[in-house]
Amino acid sequence: MLNVGKIEEGFVLDHIKAGRSLDIYEHLQLDKLDCTVAIIKNARSNKMGKKDILKVECDIDMLDLDVLAFIDHNITVNVIKNGEIVEKKDLVLPKKIKNVIKCRNPRCITSIEQGLPHIFVLADESKEIYRCQYCEEKYRESEK
Amino acid sequence: MRHLMSPLDFDTKELDELFDLARDIEVNPEKYAHACDGKILATCFYEPSTRTRLSFESAMTRLGGRVIGFSDANSSSAAKGESVSDTIRVISCYADICAMRHPKEGAPMVAADKSLIPVINAGDGGHQHPTQTLTDLLTIRNLKGRLDHFTIGLCGDLKFGRTVHSLIHALVRYEGIRFLFISPEELRVPDYITDMLREKNIPFEEVIRLEDVMPELDLLYMTRVQKERFFNEEDYVRLKDFYILTPAKMELAKKDMLVLHPLPRVNEISVEVDEDPRAAYFKQAQYGVYVRMALILTLLGLTNQ
Repeated sequence: MLNVGKIEEGFVLDHIKAGRSLDIYEHLQLDKLDCTVAIIKNARSNKMGKKDILKVECDIDMLDLDVLAFIDHNITVNVIKNGEIVEKKDLVLPKKIKNVIKCRNPRCITSIEQGLPHIFVLADESKEIYRCQYCEEKYRESEK
Repeated sequence: MRHLMSPLDFDTKELDELFDLARDIEVNPEKYAHACDGKILATCFYEPSTRTRLSFESAMTRLGGRVIGFSDANSSSAAKGESVSDTIRVISCYADICAMRHPKEGAPMVAADKSLIPVINAGDGGHQHPTQTLTDLLTIRNLKGRLDHFTIGLCGDLKFGRTVHSLIHALVRYEGIRFLFISPEELRVPDYITDMLREKNIPFEEVIRLEDVMPELDLLYMTRVQKERFFNEEDYVRLKDFYILTPAKMELAKKDMLVLHPLPRVNEISVEVDEDPRAAYFKQAQYGVYVRMALILTLLGLTNQ
């Protein structure tokens, strides 16, 4: 069994769907932070069989929970201070997401207008459906 | 400052006020002949649409205002690669209000975000065409006397037809509306619309044959199968003649049913139907000018003059 040490301050993202940790690393732009990151792939899980875990040692305010909730709101976010879990955060689907996904509609203005952010708005919370702010194209689950 | 991006930008009370104003313009045109003296409308048409552009130009001219603009992207700075955001910033310096048509969906919304003057969406790709919807609603209200409690059949290209999408969004706010979608399988109404109708518990049915539902309709909204919405010629040729309204089909309909069409017609309504008193599509074009006049006055804040 691989052992990764405790972190003093930061967050542990648990119950990440196996194989998705690098996507999350990318979306949270962890490559741009000068901090310690442990990526644990295919860890054993009673609940999920296999799961990924991300441990990040950094200021906890640096985490973009909206993006994380959009990617997978089943992820458990453990906030760590002084080496202990001080909070487990619930993830709520964000009402709006900016520049996380791109509109795939070839007729959408985002396909030609320079510098235009790709903005998606939560259209149906229960079905987790997002639509492009400009053309209302549905974001498909399979693209996640 | 207000823009018009979607027919939903105005609530039903505001629409009533707009339609009352359009009615007053129709009855008392001289009262409004100088209402927009000194004002300029910019018609920014990135794709050709003679009818909608001329309707806007007619509306502004009848209000005493003037019109500047371009009628296709090749004769504008877009051909040089200028963004919509930059174009509207410049147009804001030249005009008091702008009507924009663009082949890309959402382009008028991008313009509205950066604009210093009211922007009217005059059609964006296959997405929305709110002023056509206002025209349709005014036509129904004037000729039927109400905007609630009827069965409407929408026939033809329901997939790419933006006039259809905008009209459905507008009508769901009125009580007792039942939709019958009549289209070939390939051109069915998009799922986001049927999802929305299910969610709001609004009755609708999808059928293939126009004849099957003719007797049930209070209104029939015909649309053209537009060549420019297809990716290949073969699909267009195969589908374009699928639904043609003829006097024989009209015989199945109620005596007071109305036929609407956003125009231009190609051959989906045979010319013999034009003589039928239930054919309302040319009156609809006339109402289009009145409603655009009312809209220009409303967005410019000139309704109390």
